[in-house]
Amino acid sequence: MITPKLILIVIALAPLFGAIVAGLFGRQVGRAGAHSVTIAGVAVSFLLSCYALYQQSTGGWGVFNENLYTWFEIGPLSAHVGFLVDRLTAVMMVVVTSVSLLVHIYTIGYMHEDPGYQRFFSYISLFTFAMLMLVMSNNFMQLFFGWEAVGLVSYLLIGFWFKRPTAIFANMKAFLVNRVGDFGFLLGIAAVLFWFGSLDYAVVFKSAEATLAGKTLEVLAGHQWEAATVIGVLLFIGAMGKSAQVPLHVWLPDSMEGPTPISALIHAATMVTAGIFMVARMSPLYELSETALSFVMIVGATTALFTGLIGIVQNDVKRVVAYSTLSQLGYMTVALGVSAYSAAIFHLMTHAFFKALLFLGAGSVIMAMHHEQDMRYMGGLKKYMPVTLITGWIGTLALTGFPGFSGFFSKDAIIEAVHASHRAGSGYAYFCVLIGVFVTALYSFRLIYMTYHGEERFVVEHKDHAHHAAHADDHADDHGHHAPGHLEHAPHESPWVVTLPLILLAIPSVIIGWLTIGPMLFGDYFAGAIVVKEGGPLAELAHEWHGPWAMLLHGLMAPPFWLALAGFAVATYVYLFNRSVADRAATMFAPLYRLLQNKYGIDDLYLAVFARGGLKLGRGLWRGGDVAVIDEGIVNGSAALVRGIAARVRRVQSGYLYHYAFAMIMGLIVLLAGLWLAR
Amino acid sequence: MISLAHFIVLGTILFCISVAGIFINRKNVIVLLMAIELMLLAVNMNFVAFSRYLGDPAGQVFVFFILTVAAAESAIGLAILVVLFRNRATINVAEIDSMKG
Amino acid sequence: MTQQILFYAFAAVLVASALAVITLKNSVHAALSLVLTFFTAAGIWILMEAEFLGLALIVVYVGAVMVLFLFVVMMLDIKPESMREGFIRFLPVGVIVAVVMLVEMLSLIGLKSLQALPLPENPAIAAGGNTAWLGKALFTQFLLPFEIAALILTVALIAAVTLTLRKRSGVRTQKPSQQVLVQRDERLRVVKMASEGPKNGDAA
Repeated sequence: MITPKLILIVIALAPLFGAIVAGLFGRQVGRAGAHSVTIAGVAVSFLLSCYALYQQSTGGWGVFNENLYTWFEIGPLSAHVGFLVDRLTAVMMVVVTSVSLLVHIYTIGYMHEDPGYQRFFSYISLFTFAMLMLVMSNNFMQLFFGWEAVGLVSYLLIGFWFKRPTAIFANMKAFLVNRVGDFGFLLGIAAVLFWFGSLDYAVVFKSAEATLAGKTLEVLAGHQWEAATVIGVLLFIGAMGKSAQVPLHVWLPDSMEGPTPISALIHAATMVTAGIFMVARMSPLYELSETALSFVMIVGATTALFTGLIGIVQNDVKRVVAYSTLSQLGYMTVALGVSAYSAAIFHLMTHAFFKALLFLGAGSVIMAMHHEQDMRYMGGLKKYMPVTLITGWIGTLALTGFPGFSGFFSKDAIIEAVHASHRAGSGYAYFCVLIGVFVTALYSFRLIYMTYHGEERFVVEHKDHAHHAAHADDHADDHGHHAPGHLEHAPHESPWVVTLPLILLAIPSVIIGWLTIGPMLFGDYFAGAIVVKEGGPLAELAHEWHGPWAMLLHGLMAPPFWLALAGFAVATYVYLFNRSVADRAATMFAPLYRLLQNKYGIDDLYLAVFARGGLKLGRGLWRGGDVAVIDEGIVNGSAALVRGIAARVRRVQSGYLYHYAFAMIMGLIVLLAGLWLAR
Repeated sequence: MISLAHFIVLGTILFCISVAGIFINRKNVIVLLMAIELMLLAVNMNFVAFSRYLGDPAGQVFVFFILTVAAAESAIGLAILVVLFRNRATINVAEIDSMKG
Repeated sequence: MTQQILFYAFAAVLVASALAVITLKNSVHAALSLVLTFFTAAGIWILMEAEFLGLALIVVYVGAVMVLFLFVVMMLDIKPESMREGFIRFLPVGVIVAVVMLVEMLSLIGLKSLQALPLPENPAIAAGGNTAWLGKALFTQFLLPFEIAALILTVALIAAVTLTLRKRSGVRTQKPSQQVLVQRDERLRVVKMASEGPKNGDAA
């Protein structure tokens, strides 16, 4: 019997099955077997997700909310494994599985030289499973499970090339920074449990307003905080870790140490979107606290602008894209902060496609450059790889919000929503997102020009391709073997497994905005899943909504477009025609340039304060606490004490019989004296 | 008339004499053993006296057992003494301190 | 009255001989004094109508244990002088300790109250004499301890023998176990030989 329940279980478990087969039996099934089974698993998951989305959109299923398995019950607290599938979930499921599927296919090409082929497929399938568990959860416990599982697999994937010290550093960093966020998240869940006594979404959301009304908590002495604010801020701290918001963003650029497909998967569809999704899912709770939403908005706005600025000075092609991801996540967070949850989810979806496209395109370039990632040694690749070039342009246009592309609709909606918002701090947020548009255009086109256009800044050592086969095997682990900018043979277009996902991703990057903006943003598509108080900014915008064409025309006259155009113009002039301007600007604004190069010193600060501090603290506790107190004091100390006492007491044991007799007789006298006195 | 006190006091005196004997003959194991026998005799004296006074045979039975154990003790003690003398050529207690801690 | 005179006489001898045990220089003399002490103590016990124990004391101690003592003392070559080290030095201490203990004990016992407690009629007479009285208790109520006492004596006997037993090299002794196990072929060899009968005509 094919019920919705069965379908959902299959959706969740198919990637897990693939992961188990590829991971535990990788040697038996071989390379082809590993990628076949994982791709099949994710494909099944994707198709059924599409079916679920179709059913949700047409109202065929209604909201599915059911507990499948009871993990434990302790008194009033019960932990379930259950699915809550409404339209919000269904959209997320399709986004996750579609991007994941394309990444799987792409990986065949990208990783084909790598010895850890099966392991990689196992990880990305497991990642998909974890993300699906996260989005499909119907309670906080399972949400946390998915949350942590995503964190774990991201750790494994970022450190996939575990022989590289930088990769180990990066995955450690990602894991530790996420721990900080997760600590807040866990406290938030604890707060929910404390006030609601339940971890079930339905129970919590239904009684949220009634339960939290008037409840306060003294976080710092003398300051009463509203319960809703406490919960909202704590949960958002978790989201800051996962979705890499300032100041917990530092792990994301470093996570570029992982293979490119995983960068696409982490930064486009999964992991980083978890925080955005979580806040949207918790909209009934967030709507209760203006303070929490303001906090969300300001953090998001800061992230959107200031991480984008760093992107301008980066030279690593993947890092530029990574910083653009940070910036775009900032946009989504701002949207959440102004109660435009559906705009955030909409941007999440469009961003998933065009950012995956950009990452995979960057990966394709990296493959062509034989794992050279520095843009200063690229340029002029347009004649070698046309498909990558065209799809790269499409992704960039979408990212910068060129009218008509998907990014335009989502980003403009966010900017308009921020503009329409009256929440405290929305002025700052509006300024940030507007400037952010210019910055986005600048670094995006800089990337395009430095990579595909201009003169070739690399040297091809062997023009013939005969060596290719012979050297194919050792590329995976000894890149960086050659001097930078020296290639063994000319770059070439990637195989079809790489270009096909690019093309498939380019299509939604263009058209998805047209199709979905109406119902998602201004219709009642998310009614029931996302709760917004009366008079949210999107409701105001809905009055002026006359369809995508009108928005397009309006967009051509709005400031974001002109700012984007300005960014495009500056980038075109500087990086295509007059590169010396960039160097001169760098020397002219040397302090600013250095500030951006150092990423505002946040990384160094963390390294100095938390990492070194932690190390020092640990060393101090080791020397002071463990070695001095426990080892020397308690363990060796007690031994020394016993030995010392024994060394003195053993003199009593003289071995002379008359000493013992004397002691006995003296004891007898004392005993008699005692009796005599007690008489 | 002889009372219970006569025998008890006699036993006490005997006991104290043997204690003094342990003190002043601290080097001679044989005299030490003899002092211990004297001590046991003092104790036995008490037992017999109380048994007689209370009309209970248990006291005298106990003396019987003490005699048995004392005989065994002196037999083993003297045997040890003989072995000790054979090995160390002395019975001076001051030279026997191998049980020193 | 006779009893009292006898008691004091015996008591005086007992204390004197006990003092002799601990003060005499020669160990043989000390052991002989101990014999006297035991003998006198036996007299006092008999005076208390504990005839069996009095006689047992003489038989067991004087007859067996003290003989063992004397035997050991005489067998070991002990120089009396070396044994007297510290005798004078520890004499005051010993006397003081003994006197203190005596005073403490006597005051604890309470001489006055005991003085008024004469020995009652002896129940042993009704039971057919001290030996019967004691024997009845020993073989009914105290049978198990009695058996254990026997076992202790046996163990002590074996222990004493084991402790002092030693094998000397170069001593010729009989080994009965090996003698018993001897086979005929080990000792006897039958040889065939021509008979040594008288030769013909020799006798003539």
